[in-house]
Amino acid sequence: MNGTSQLSHAFIVFVSAIFTQNILLSYFLGFCPFIGVSREVKTSFGLGIAVIFVMTSTCLLNWLAYQYVIEPLNLHFFRFILFIIIIAAFVQFVEMVIERYSPSLYQRLGVFLPLITVNCAILGASLFMVIREYSFIVTFGYGLGSGIGWFLAIIAMAGIRQKLANDRIPRGLQGPGITLIIAGLMALAFIGFTGVLSGN
Amino acid sequence: MFKQVLGICSTLAVTNLVLNTAVMCVALIFTLSLSSCTVSILRKFTPRSIRMMVETLIIAFYVIIVDVVLKAYWPEMSSNLGPYVGLIITNCIVMGRCEAYGNSNPPGKAFWDGFFNALGYTFILLIIATFREILGMGTFLGLSVPYFGGPHWDKWIIMVMPPGAFFMLAIVIWIFRSIQTAGEDKAK
Repeated sequence: MNGTSQLSHAFIVFVSAIFTQNILLSYFLGFCPFIGVSREVKTSFGLGIAVIFVMTSTCLLNWLAYQYVIEPLNLHFFRFILFIIIIAAFVQFVEMVIERYSPSLYQRLGVFLPLITVNCAILGASLFMVIREYSFIVTFGYGLGSGIGWFLAIIAMAGIRQKLANDRIPRGLQGPGITLIIAGLMALAFIGFTGVLSGN
Repeated sequence: MFKQVLGICSTLAVTNLVLNTAVMCVALIFTLSLSSCTVSILRKFTPRSIRMMVETLIIAFYVIIVDVVLKAYWPEMSSNLGPYVGLIITNCIVMGRCEAYGNSNPPGKAFWDGFFNALGYTFILLIIATFREILGMGTFLGLSVPYFGGPHWDKWIIMVMPPGAFFMLAIVIWIFRSIQTAGEDKAK
């Protein structure tokens, strides 16, 4: 493929990763923090930003690792371990850098970074990227799009849950139950975007 | 599982067919019981600071075994499940049990703890998968179900799509929690 069509493909993947193929609402990835942290808009915002950043970077790093280490050596079964090590190491590194250079940012984001290592969405995005055989630019679009999609979903959920905090909900449905129902409705709404992209 | 809703991330996605769910759950039972056992055997030799990393590697080791076996003997199923087998690594329930139980108990106990936790989890997922497959496709394990498979039944397409899984899980949680709280009220 030449440069221009690569770029347009990357753009299509980017938009569809945000809306029609939202990693949270149609692939169920990154659900544990989604339910656990989505009580307040402020904390969700911090976690969301951290996810966007980490997801984009680790997708690209894992792409490089896959192309230049795993492919040539034919170590396909080894990719889970390699990916998870790269993700863990990257998160640790970012944590140290932020702590060193921007203590105020560290105070806001620091608590969320360790959580991200075990976020299935991050590993999931890397695995999808390998299975769908994306090129480097497309991987960038995919990682960024998935991160933004996750961010949007958690912010929307936190906003709704803040409004719901004072409402009367049946006892059995409080907490995770109502969150799941809202997530289902949101997933329905996001399916509505399907027709927007004819290219995918 | 009812209380915390842990570890649904990587498995909820495959609950649209009962067969996929069953395979996924067998993989989960295998991984959870053995990795909890291994963590427990190694608990005295692992330095505290790198504990999480060691646990992750142990879990990844078992998941790779599952993945390789599945690819070799059942390539069709392997491609159906896609990346979700690999995602067992980041399944919070596996990590949670290893950390909470395997880390402070003898290997035998840790094995059974992992085994039964995974079994309870399997039970919930199979309920969800059964309803989704029957209501959404009119089949069970790929076989047509009387009435639901016939022309009288308008198939609930939404059950096969992602929102169906959310609604189904919410309903299951609702039912189990109501039973639980009713029991607690009686006890008082």
